[in-house]
Amino acid sequence: MKNIGFAIFVILLLVGCENNKSSESSLNDAQISQNDIEYFQKLVGDTVLFTVDQSGLRPDAISILNAQVEWLKEKKFLPITIEGHADEQGTREYNLALGARRATAVREFFLAKGIEQDRLSIVTYGKERPLRVCSNEECWSKNRRAVTVVGKKIAD
Amino acid sequence: MVKQSVSKSLKLIFFIGMLLINLSFAFAQKTVAPQLDMTVNRGVIKPISLAVPSFIKESGANSIISRELAKVISNNLNSTGLFKSIPQTAYVSTPLSFNTPVQFSDWSIINADVLVVGSVGLKPDGRLEVKFRLWDVSQQKEIGKGKQYFTNSESWRRISHKISDTIYTRVTGEGAYFDSRVVFVSETGPKDNRTKRLAIMDQDGANFRLLKHPPSLVIAPRFSPTTNKIIFTGYETGKPRVYLMDLSSGEITSLPELQGMSFAPRFSADGSEIVLSMTENGNTDIFISNLASGTKRRLTTNIAIDTAPSFSPDGNRIVFESDRGGGQQLYIIPSKGGEAKRISFGEGRYATPVWSPRGDLIAFTKIKEGKFHIGVMRVDGTKERLLTTSFLDEGPAWAPNGRVLMFFRETPGKAGAPSIYSIDISGRNLRKIKTSSFASDPNWSQILN
Repeated sequence: MKNIGFAIFVILLLVGCENNKSSESSLNDAQISQNDIEYFQKLVGDTVLFTVDQSGLRPDAISILNAQVEWLKEKKFLPITIEGHADEQGTREYNLALGARRATAVREFFLAKGIEQDRLSIVTYGKERPLRVCSNEECWSKNRRAVTVVGKKIAD
Repeated sequence: MVKQSVSKSLKLIFFIGMLLINLSFAFAQKTVAPQLDMTVNRGVIKPISLAVPSFIKESGANSIISRELAKVISNNLNSTGLFKSIPQTAYVSTPLSFNTPVQFSDWSIINADVLVVGSVGLKPDGRLEVKFRLWDVSQQKEIGKGKQYFTNSESWRRISHKISDTIYTRVTGEGAYFDSRVVFVSETGPKDNRTKRLAIMDQDGANFRLLKHPPSLVIAPRFSPTTNKIIFTGYETGKPRVYLMDLSSGEITSLPELQGMSFAPRFSADGSEIVLSMTENGNTDIFISNLASGTKRRLTTNIAIDTAPSFSPDGNRIVFESDRGGGQQLYIIPSKGGEAKRISFGEGRYATPVWSPRGDLIAFTKIKEGKFHIGVMRVDGTKERLLTTSFLDEGPAWAPNGRVLMFFRETPGKAGAPSIYSIDISGRNLRKIKTSSFASDPNWSQILN
């Protein structure tokens, strides 16, 4: 049983990778199946944003997370990793701790909404993995984020 | 000029000690040690004028090495900002043999304060024999005793560093720091897809080498006190975790007691313990891990972010940053456990405190009004001084003598990238260390054995 689960997981991962490659091109959103991880990434939205130095969930984040929960509850076999990130305006160590706080805020939201604990893992990247590279609020606001990565779980 | 006003009977050491301190202040005190308190002096320092002729070539020595020995010594001492080498082209003569009496008039005419006479020869067994003597030109006297070194020919650079250290300590009274290395993170690739590798170089940027490790993200390596190991944070499992690397074997081990997310490790001064931070349920606290027993104990339990810990040199206390008071500030806690006492109270945020190897100062990163600074303060939090400012200056690292700091400076924007800089704790002499890639997270070793 476990092996079958793992096989599905690998296939989904592969599908996810394929779709990722083409996501930059003119892929028609309507063609994405609701079951694809790409649907989760693009149409549900895998990313929530945070205020400077904060890890509290904003209203815009909560509405995205509610949609994520709805989708994730349908895919009980998929493990989930929440990545916490910070912008470049802080020191490295502090940002690692801040990213952990942000990822934990999302994890706790999921747990409260009934997502199974053993599906969830968190990781912090601090300021190590910026999504946008300009050095002003336009980019920083996009880098202060928690990303829900589906199909991946990191062992403790 | 300052020099003429100083009595000839004063020792050069005394003269320089005074130069570095406010002069009028110094004259009032007979017992001026060459201990520097640069806060009293914002004037211009006149550097010691230094002559380092190419080392005299003896029995079969390579002329490249005889030139390079002198060049590395000049570069080291120039890099302190306290010395200035006279170009060799200005020399009136050069020493012919190691034991020939020095023609002081040839050196005083070009205004040399200090002359280094050295020789290098090749022994029948293949080792290099390097000798040097240090001369006070105006006093026409030798400073200290001559020294002699034997080494295999690949290690000539280290001999240059050892000689530089001897000259520096004899003339300034400060501790040595040239014969040391820096472990850091070498960075390549675009800002949103950086590759980070652990690397080591000599203090002057020479002998750069990458360390072998898994390709996943690595952060903030720190030397053990004996420089035979490093500890760093790596993402090999997918999560940040503290690893130990033995530098002679290259073997990397994880510490089983540090399950979960662990980062920001530093050794205690005796190398037996590691202080670090660990994150549990989103909360980051300070822990101490004992390397021999493989056990850890918790030092803080606050719901705030407690991170970036650093031991005092005597091992009794730990300085760390915490946002328990609202913003990031610096705190000191006994390493046996107890109450944390806040030491920083200025505006802005204080981070990455590092205890000086001399025990007297704490270096830190300060963020204020959108700018980053490297600064130092006394252990009780007084006498704060900011040494640098830029878009992003971070992560100070002490030289083994507690006089110089390295840190990294990152430039803004899409093409923004980090480089390592050094600065004197006086706030003078900011220098970029030349590296073959982007470079961040420097950590300075002790003086090598």
